[in-house]
Amino acid sequence: MERLKLLTGTAACVVLTGLAIATAMADPVDDTLEIDGVPMITKAPAPEGHPFEEVLSGWLFREAETRATEAESFANPGMFAVERGAEIWGTVEGTMGKSCASCHNDAAESMKGVGASYPKWDAKSNKPLNVELQIDKCRVENMGAEPYKFDDADQVALTTYIKHQSLGTPVKIDLSQGDMQTWWDKGKEAYYTRTGQLNFACASCHEGAMGKYIRADHLSQGQVNGFPTYRFNTAGMVSLHNRFRGCIRDTRAEMPKAFSDELMALEVYVTWRGTGLSVETPSVRQ
Amino acid sequence: MERFMAALAIAVAFAGGASAGEIAPGDVKFEDMKVTASLTGAPGNPEEGAKTLANRGLGNCLACHAVKSLSKEQFHGDVAPSLDGAADRWSVEQLRAIVVDSKQALNPDTMMPGFYSLNVGKNPRKDLVGKTILTAQQVEDVVAYLATLKE
Ligand code: HEC
Ligand code: HEC
Repeated sequence: MERLKLLTGTAACVVLTGLAIATAMADPVDDTLEIDGVPMITKAPAPEGHPFEEVLSGWLFREAETRATEAESFANPGMFAVERGAEIWGTVEGTMGKSCASCHNDAAESMKGVGASYPKWDAKSNKPLNVELQIDKCRVENMGAEPYKFDDADQVALTTYIKHQSLGTPVKIDLSQGDMQTWWDKGKEAYYTRTGQLNFACASCHEGAMGKYIRADHLSQGQVNGFPTYRFNTAGMVSLHNRFRGCIRDTRAEMPKAFSDELMALEVYVTWRGTGLSVETPSVRQ
Repeated sequence: MERFMAALAIAVAFAGGASAGEIAPGDVKFEDMKVTASLTGAPGNPEEGAKTLANRGLGNCLACHAVKSLSKEQFHGDVAPSLDGAADRWSVEQLRAIVVDSKQALNPDTMMPGFYSLNVGKNPRKDLVGKTILTAQQVEDVVAYLATLKE
């Protein structure tokens, strides 16, 4: 209850300050993030071949209250998803009588750093897998359970839980595995392709207009290091492919399916664009 | 005649009822970064234009541009230059060209959408295929409003 009150208080503050200063400032803040005292890397030198010199976490572009909410897991509503994920981790499902824990034991050890290294190449299916698809693979092959439906609350919670085990670890994916480089190339092409009636590419907003306000929205670099994210707007968790689809919808284009080759390529490329940023899952956004 | 009828049918189906006398999006002539002829053959209404400009479902120009005289509207973006004084910098013919298709009028790489152009991005939403963001009348209204923005 205490926590609930705190949350509604924070949400109201966000709305109010949003009104007051939305157009007043345009640069990312000069601030440092510690989550429960653990320092996060929110600015990192960009990898070679990157259009920016420095990669910046979306946290730096949010209002003070939103930033403060992320800095304290007690205040962060996304932690409910982490708690739910921990429950699922230990719950037996499927025909083989197993839970995630049956194979992977303590996630704090076995999953440490995992979320920072996905998407990863999967030789068997000959494509990259993200955490959601890896979970489905385990469910089908090792548990005899059904894959999750896209954005099933449990899929989001378990993904959040697994990524949270890498809190603070810098994002680094291995592009030398399999055909990862080809997927990176395709993702890059998608990133710079203008879509929809409004004719915007990802780069129009997150590269060309980064740091500017589009209406009330302060445009960040569109980094993925905090996903799944808690959003005040919808009072719930938002998965990465949900966000991708939302941004594409906003160009007035048809939305590609979640986990389609197109969005997986985009995930590989955009994840690389955030190389060196700490995993912040669950991050908090307005 | 047959061709004319077919073209008319397409125009009606696509633009959601472009009325006779309007210039279809594909037929707008750019000369020297100007579109000289009114798209409707008549002058626009600046008051309606201000509404279209601010409306998030129509022009949503304030997503990117600020306009002082519309300061009662919340949240003006700063992606693009302020429109204050636009009419000092551009003629009506130039303003029309910019609103119709800024990629032809200003710069092929500009982020500004073409509001009366079918030269759109990949995979437009199915129900929007062949449709422009604004109607000819709405473009003329917006242009009439922009023409009042003098400093
Ligand atoms: C018309 C503008 C626009 C376009 C085009 C656009 N986005 Fe976004 N995007 C936004 C806005 C606004 C936000 C919320 C504020 C922010 O973080 O920038 C956002 C947020 C994001 C975020 C979340 C960042 C965070 O820190 O939480 C990601 C990831 C993202 N976008 C990726 C993409 C990708 C990939 C594309 C192309 C497929 C894309 N965006 C296209 C406007 C856009
Ligand atoms: C997504 C962003 C965006 C939107 C929405 C947008 N514009 Fe623009 N506009 C720009 C940019 C960026 C420029 C600067 C030109 C360039 O990119 O070379 C510009 C330039 C202009 C100019 C010339 C600037 C000057 O010197 O005065 C006018 C006039 C203009 N826009 C009018 C409009 C109107 C009217 C609307 C809505 C019907 C609109 N714009 C919507 C981004 C936008």
